Amino acid sequence: MPDMLSEERARYLRKRARSKRAVLAAQAVLLILIFVLWEAAARRRWIDPFITSSPSRIWKTFRNLYASGDLFRHLGVSCLETVAGFSLGTLIGTAIAVLLWWFPALRRVLDPYLVVLNSLPKTALGPIFIVWMGAGPGAIIAMTLAISLIVTILEVLNGFGSVDTGKISLMKTLGASRAQILTKLVIPANAATFVNALKVNVGLSWVGVIMGEFLVSRAGLGYLIVYGSQVFKMDLVMATVILLLIAAAGMYQGVLLLEKAMKKHLGVSA
Amino acid sequence: MIVDIKGVRKLYQSPEGEIGALDDITFSIEEGEFISIVGPSGCGKSTLLSIIAGLEAPSGGEICVDGSPIRGINPKIGYMPQKDQLFPWRTIWDNVTLGLEVQGRRDQSHQEFVKRLLARYGLAQFTGCVPGQLSGGMRQRCALIRTLATGPRILLLDEPFSALDYQTRLSVADDIYRIIKNEGKTAILVTHDIAEAVSMSDRVAVLSARPGRLKEIVDQPELHGLDPMRRRDHEMFHHYFNRIWKEIDISA
Repeated sequence: MPDMLSEERARYLRKRARSKRAVLAAQAVLLILIFVLWEAAARRRWIDPFITSSPSRIWKTFRNLYASGDLFRHLGVSCLETVAGFSLGTLIGTAIAVLLWWFPALRRVLDPYLVVLNSLPKTALGPIFIVWMGAGPGAIIAMTLAISLIVTILEVLNGFGSVDTGKISLMKTLGASRAQILTKLVIPANAATFVNALKVNVGLSWVGVIMGEFLVSRAGLGYLIVYGSQVFKMDLVMATVILLLIAAAGMYQGVLLLEKAMKKHLGVSA
Repeated sequence: MIVDIKGVRKLYQSPEGEIGALDDITFSIEEGEFISIVGPSGCGKSTLLSIIAGLEAPSGGEICVDGSPIRGINPKIGYMPQKDQLFPWRTIWDNVTLGLEVQGRRDQSHQEFVKRLLARYGLAQFTGCVPGQLSGGMRQRCALIRTLATGPRILLLDEPFSALDYQTRLSVADDIYRIIKNEGKTAILVTHDIAEAVSMSDRVAVLSARPGRLKEIVDQPELHGLDPMRRRDHEMFHHYFNRIWKEIDISA
């Protein structure tokens, strides 16, 4: 590597850094602008803060929630349910996909069932889970599972099916058993598929958790939103939505970090 | 003779009907010989290789290795697929020892054998790399060593250079040829590239269009023992090239 950068290279790097900073700045300004405008509109009574709330009222709500200890209780409950939902969804979905890969006949039999179940709006099953499992976290996690499971099975099966047939032939001629083909080729070849499934499932689990909490719970962010709207405390509703936004984005970032670590561990992108 | 192909037929069944892929293929291969199979695309040459490898069963006829008919996968036979098919998540070392690992034979003496192969063919310092860090030619050599590691006597090469660009292909063909001769292996190469077949093999089997029948086996006595680069300059090269080219052309 040359220790001196060429003039052109230096110019390119400067330009690149500058445009990156500009985009970041624009993004920050946009966010601040939204909040400032919201606050100003509420204070000048262009909009009714009773209905729309305002940043200052949301901030006050946050501090009250924090002081009473409710903030982390509700956040914790929802996060726990979501993590349970997407971990179980990904694990069970992958396990079922492995089973269907192992028994192609079973897959052919179950295929139409998967397709029909996939097209069903899973939230319709909410009341059934409540009857079966009682109004509690069990029903909520069942809800998230219902939403994420079928998609996971289909996506993982699709990934398994796209393994290069040349690699499978190679494994066979080396004398590999079906179990060896699965563990040494099909599963490692699909590392990216699993991470993708996990990414999708984080989003879907939040849908399931909030949906479930709307229906049954006495705690969690979904509960706060429903409760807030019922007693017409829009400050609480808005504060919770913002909290939800932060929690969901944080979890997604976590999965991205996991993906990065995995790629590094595997040497190259899988 | 090490491989004896006797009246091999292959039919593929599908809801639309029956497709004949191979019809009454008979020939035999001597120990240490390098034979190529050429023919128009879709003539079933890769199917024939799959049958010899034990990946598919013939509809009729049989193939004997050392006098006994093959049923399924046979450890005497090593298969080199199209493209190198190295696993990108494994290091070169873990790739070349894949066969030993699968067969539960990754012991000291086999590891030593693989290490010697890697050293002999200039790959010793790359064992810790992943395939993405190597050139196409080096990857192809790794793929061959992976096949040699389990100690097969017969190598099946299924258009192994088709994914490489022309320049690399010539030097890789030269490389692979030397390694195969050096290790004293019997080789069966399937290719659609006539020049490749003429430059690498002792004899060239020409198949007709589907269903593939054996049209002719062209012996190239003047070229025996020469390496591919030298053959391409040999006065008889174009003679054999044209003869095979015409043979394929008539059948197409």
